[in-house]
Amino acid sequence: MSDRDQALTASLLRRAELWKAAAARAERLSRERATDLADATQLANDYRLLAHDLARARRLIPNTRTREFLEAAYVRAHGALYHKAWHPARALVTLFRDDLPEVVRWLTPHIAWATAIFVLTVMTGYWMVQTYPALIALFASPDLVATVERGQLWTEGILNVVPSSVLSLQILTNNIVVSLFAYCAGFIFGLGTLYILGLNGLMLGAVFAFTGQHGLEPALFRFIVAHGCVEISVMCLSGAAGAAVGEALIRPSHHNRVESFRIAALRSGKLLVACAVLLVGTGLIEGYVSTRAGIPLWTRLTIGIGYWLFMIALLKGWLFCRKRPPTAHAHS
Amino acid sequence: MSHARDLVVDSVTGVALTLPVAGPGARSYAFLIDWLIRAIAFVAWYGVAALIYNHRWSFSAPLSPDTKWFVLVVTPAASMYFLYHFVLEVAMRGRTPGKRMAGIHIVTRDGNAPGVGALLTRNVFRLVDSLPLLYGVGLIATLITKDYVRIGDMAAGTLLAYERRDVLLPDLPGSATRGSDIETVNELLQRWHSLSVDARQGLALALLSQHGIHLPPESRSDAELQSRLAQLTGVPPK
Repeated sequence: MSDRDQALTASLLRRAELWKAAAARAERLSRERATDLADATQLANDYRLLAHDLARARRLIPNTRTREFLEAAYVRAHGALYHKAWHPARALVTLFRDDLPEVVRWLTPHIAWATAIFVLTVMTGYWMVQTYPALIALFASPDLVATVERGQLWTEGILNVVPSSVLSLQILTNNIVVSLFAYCAGFIFGLGTLYILGLNGLMLGAVFAFTGQHGLEPALFRFIVAHGCVEISVMCLSGAAGAAVGEALIRPSHHNRVESFRIAALRSGKLLVACAVLLVGTGLIEGYVSTRAGIPLWTRLTIGIGYWLFMIALLKGWLFCRKRPPTAHAHS
Repeated sequence: MSHARDLVVDSVTGVALTLPVAGPGARSYAFLIDWLIRAIAFVAWYGVAALIYNHRWSFSAPLSPDTKWFVLVVTPAASMYFLYHFVLEVAMRGRTPGKRMAGIHIVTRDGNAPGVGALLTRNVFRLVDSLPLLYGVGLIATLITKDYVRIGDMAAGTLLAYERRDVLLPDLPGSATRGSDIETVNELLQRWHSLSVDARQGLALALLSQHGIHLPPESRSDAELQSRLAQLTGVPPK
């Protein structure tokens, strides 16, 4: 080490007390909100001080605990300085008013494709069981098959066994898990999402065909209409989100696959929050409305269509007075 | 202290931040501690709530469970187990008790604490990482990826880095020495062998006494004096 470096090192080490104070301040401000302007300003000064001294320490005393301390203090000051303010209520409003409609617009082609695949598989499932009734064994449990063959829907009398609240909780938990899984499964280049969408579509079509063969189609429609409109739509939405994740891996839009995957997952993941909220509603409707025999069809239809319109309003941001985004024409 | 991999982040100051990336070992250690905590919390809640529900010394579920059973016993216990990571990571800004004990925390690729969206995405992808069992996919992903990340981290743009809270500033002797004195001391040390024994010892004692260091006669060897002078500069002797 030259004399100059030795002198520089010595003068650097004399600032140890300043580093300790800076590290302590960064630690404190990373835990609690800064209420004192001078304190916050001092953190910015600390950050510059630590950056300056760390740069010197890296050159002069690279393999020392002093440099390690400065590295840690610098990272801590960076974290405290760049930590974003946390406003949960504002974040939620922004999510539902601005982010969600933007994500839905971005995902429109994916939603269209997911819906098309779902409808296609429903039709396929219907055709399969209509043509080869024995194939119902592939899609439904033996208990369900036996119940329908006795001329009953498996949903009849379910409230004698499980109360509505418990049923709702079970249903919404199951639906949310399926929805999240359809999204995550997009990681396998979209194949997982395709599988979940396809399987659910085939099952729905097959069960409709099977109940139709036993004269229970109207009863199944009556059961499904109140919650099914939104539940099936949410299935397509989460499938679309998963497909976007898969597409990002197959056709990366950014400089590499991992980056594209990250951006697609974070962006489309916002839709999953809305899906979860909507599935809580469908779970409650299924537990309290769909399974109750005494509720007339027009009420079920009203609830089903009304809730579906609510979903559209939520996804479009209309519930939070979203302003129409400026068009290219308006700019010109 | 050196780490296998560092996350290097550009900063506005021009001095890059380096964050040592936590590997599969630290991650697994943190996960095991967290798993133990949430398993204990789950069992404790379930046990106590089941006793209260049953009004007798029995933990068994009723044959036909009612709303009260689900609201009092099952839902809180399941929430503790399944929402443990997400809730604590949000509340503790990218940390959990297990991660804190392992000395690691979650950071974004730009070195900051992750937001709620990233933490939510990271935890939703546990569905994939936990497949087929015992976090098989997640573990393999951490072993083969550059920054030891699981699928959830890839999706959220996060990774686990060491916190380095245990790094303490060593005692820095001579840190109060003035720059001009340091130059004098350096010059004396450089010219040490060209000076006579009396001259160099006299100068050394004078400089040391200016900083309140008074050596007894038996400790005034050349080696001792050189060592004390080097301490004044704050740099270990060469």
